[in-house]
Amino acid sequence: MPAGPAGKPPTVTPVRVVIALCLVAPFVAMLWVGSYAKVDPTFIGIPFFYWYQMLWVLISTALTTVAYKLWQRDQRARKGGESA
Amino acid sequence: MKDGVNGVALGVFIFFFAAVTVMGFLAARWRKAENEASLDEWGLGGRSFGTWVTWFLLGGDLYTAYTFVAVPAAIYAAGAAGFFAVPYTILVYPLIFTFLPRLWSVSHKHGYVTTSDFVRGRFGSKGLSLAVAVTGILATMPYIALQLVGIQAVLDVMGVGGGENTHWFVKDLPLLIAFAVLAAYTYSSGLRAPALIAFVKDGLIYLVIAVAIIYIPIKLGGFDDIFAKAGEAFSETNPATGKPRGALAPGEAGQWGYATLALGSALALFMYPHSITATLSSRSRNVIRRNTTILPLYSLMLGLLALLGFMVIAAGIKVDNGQLAIPQLFENMFPDWFAGVAFAAIGIGALVPAAIMSIAAANLFTRNIYKDFLRPDATPEQETKVSKLVSLLVKVGALAFVLTMDKTVAINFQLLGGIWILQTMPALVGGLFTRWFHRWALLAGWAVGMVYGTVAAYGVASPTQKHFGGSSAEIPGIGEIGYIGLTAFVLNVVVTVVLTFALNAVKAPVGTDETSPADYTADAGDPGVETELPPATAGAPGGH
Repeated sequence: MPAGPAGKPPTVTPVRVVIALCLVAPFVAMLWVGSYAKVDPTFIGIPFFYWYQMLWVLISTALTTVAYKLWQRDQRARKGGESA
Repeated sequence: MKDGVNGVALGVFIFFFAAVTVMGFLAARWRKAENEASLDEWGLGGRSFGTWVTWFLLGGDLYTAYTFVAVPAAIYAAGAAGFFAVPYTILVYPLIFTFLPRLWSVSHKHGYVTTSDFVRGRFGSKGLSLAVAVTGILATMPYIALQLVGIQAVLDVMGVGGGENTHWFVKDLPLLIAFAVLAAYTYSSGLRAPALIAFVKDGLIYLVIAVAIIYIPIKLGGFDDIFAKAGEAFSETNPATGKPRGALAPGEAGQWGYATLALGSALALFMYPHSITATLSSRSRNVIRRNTTILPLYSLMLGLLALLGFMVIAAGIKVDNGQLAIPQLFENMFPDWFAGVAFAAIGIGALVPAAIMSIAAANLFTRNIYKDFLRPDATPEQETKVSKLVSLLVKVGALAFVLTMDKTVAINFQLLGGIWILQTMPALVGGLFTRWFHRWALLAGWAVGMVYGTVAAYGVASPTQKHFGGSSAEIPGIGEIGYIGLTAFVLNVVVTVVLTFALNAVKAPVGTDETSPADYTADAGDPGVETELPPATAGAPGGH
């Protein structure tokens, strides 16, 4: 196993905390069923319960995309740091 | 149901079916590689798929014909509770993002084809690897059977299933033909066949859903009317239970069940061998992560599809067998030719996952039972040969299952399969992040989870069934109704942690770990990642 280079960046960084929050948020929102188990307000006739969860498909997609972009930047920065 | 055969719909259905059959056989030549005889080629498509192929393959794999039939059927039967499939698929992607790239890397580095390969390499335990393999095969078989049930539902509605009095052979002939075609091209083309056919399948599915979600509400007077009628229907009392049939939003009592079912199913999905097979066939780590940002498109489609369940009620369709609800809706609402397209979408939607599942189960058998226990010196050529034959056997088994037993048996087993497969998670995902767990503790935890899950599921009664009536039961200690699989999983983890402390304290042998920390982050192009394929000596620890 190769030893990490001296001055290895810390494992927990602000960027990584943001990534973790992006990935955890859908769990909090979806598992808290009580927050959305209701019929009103409806959207074009669709009860809140259904359109809210479908909306979360889009929100969680956006969050995962942000996490992906941040992770890529994080990894690139680290690789650049190692070779320098 | 209308009498007689719907000729136009059947014609369109046969046309699409014939087209994908040709594609299935031609797929063998698609992106052909040099080391044809290796299991990586047949069983993982040469590990070469990019973002879009992987997207279609995973989508075609996870959103099966049975899903299309069962999710709206659940909504049709009980309303809100059936919608858990949507939060379930939302939660899947953050999970994949976190652990699958690590599995991809270590598998590429060491030439692992199955999850059991990884577990054996990580924990140095053939017993644990066998447990994971057997669980995977057991959980996959009924899933394949349900794909055939999906095809049957479509054939029934088209009128080619025959009536009660038809000779069994004539009745089952269409299914036998569909099955033979599927088996033949999977055998010859391996994972490339479903990957190519998935393009057609998903294209058709998206088309049908897009049309259905606009066209049917217009015919039924808009969503306001649809949900008003559905609300009325759900408030009627079910004579069997004395309670209302369902609800438009889950009541206080149903919320634990809803959340635990969503979470448990999300955790289980990527333990299934067929999901892993599709993932490992991708070209790089990034393909997987990028896919978590585009796969949710399928969740959106699933949500729309679920809403069709309400439309079945609003359209006044009454079916005894909920699985016929959606095909019957299409038959009643669409012109014949487009109903044919919709049926083809469901039928082909069954073929893709059935092919991938049989390949995944075959890989498990070949790598983790045949090679580990029966023929340790098997060459890659022999492995591929065995895998091809087993993929046939698995499908014959599934077919026999569907033809000889009642449909509810397949559904019961699939429900159990979900509970079972979740019990492999501590070994697999735990192993990806830490080597702390003891292999014997993992095995014990797995056994406890399996037994608890099976017993608890056996004890669930429903108005129509004495046993296996559902997948939810009271959670001991909390008192709420929750998903049995998740309760079993928590028990499993507790047992594993406690025993790991105990076994480490008495210094029980921990087994050899053939992986190193850097293996979990390696990417394509890194030294040693591409060059080690195919793995001729993957069975020998430290064979690299």
